[in-house]
Amino acid sequence: MPPDSVCVMSLRDGAFDAIPVSLAVAPFGLVLGALAVQAGLSPAEVGLMSALVFAGSAQFVAVDLWQTPAPVGVLALTALLVNLRHVLMGAALSPKLGAFPPRLTAPAVFLMADEIWALGMRRAIDRTLTPSYWFGLGLLFYANWFLWTLAGALVGAVIDDPLRWGFDFAFVAVFLVLLAGMWRGRTSVVVWSASAFAAVGAHQLLPPPWYVLIGALAGMAVAAISVDRTAP
Amino acid sequence: MSIDPWTLAAILAMAAATYLTRILGVWVVGTRTPTGRLAAALDAVPGAVLVAVIAPTVLATGVAETVAAGITALVVGRVPMVVAVGVGVTAAALLRSLLASG
Repeated sequence: MPPDSVCVMSLRDGAFDAIPVSLAVAPFGLVLGALAVQAGLSPAEVGLMSALVFAGSAQFVAVDLWQTPAPVGVLALTALLVNLRHVLMGAALSPKLGAFPPRLTAPAVFLMADEIWALGMRRAIDRTLTPSYWFGLGLLFYANWFLWTLAGALVGAVIDDPLRWGFDFAFVAVFLVLLAGMWRGRTSVVVWSASAFAAVGAHQLLPPPWYVLIGALAGMAVAAISVDRTAP
Repeated sequence: MSIDPWTLAAILAMAAATYLTRILGVWVVGTRTPTGRLAAALDAVPGAVLVAVIAPTVLATGVAETVAAGITALVVGRVPMVVAVGVGVTAAALLRSLLASG
């Protein structure tokens, strides 16, 4: 098979694998768009924000804090804080980017939303992560997020509360499926218990963006410490 | 349909902040393969992040969420992802409405 058709197949594989998460974010995109218009943004501004920021949780927090005129410093700092987990995620992704030519790294990283990162890391467990697979995942998800948030801004509140319909649980289910593929026996039990314990504790005690970072760091610390015990 | 200059500035600043968090880890680690403790810590990131994201919902929100997660975990690996997600969402929606009305 010529390399070009391998590329196209892998692009299609990526886009196909991004369908469940794309459906899962659709209600959130609609709600975000509707809330943003209520907060004073125009539909053009909502579309621009999705196209340039492309980070669901940061966009929700920003819309929540929105004022006219926009408090630029507060919004930038909040986006930085809410997205701090991406630093850890990028560090974990980096060694899997060996098949990427250097010029593609910057655009590839732009598409590193949580869902795309998780699916890419899952792929890297048993196959080489290729640029075509990554862009297949990322571009479908990107276009999907842009269109749903824009639709929400244009149409208004279509779905008043995604929680009532169980849509928020789609993420839990997707992440459980991905976790099953990452299961490594006893190591996973130890590391994941530490993450879960720390995340639940942080969730009770601190404002929302911190629990993910604290849970992730707790799991990483336990993994780093337990290396010595298993070493010969 | 207009774009306010302050809004544009805020969007650009948010985009820059978000991109910085996405590129920073890649810059620091590069494409070399880490070893030892760093390798173990980075290997743990995917599972640790996913667990941290869902743990408060699964363990500390309510009976409906915990049971729905248990039901989803039972079908995971036996059915395609889309079906597992459908089972999870349906279970969560049903259990929430049952427990809310009961």
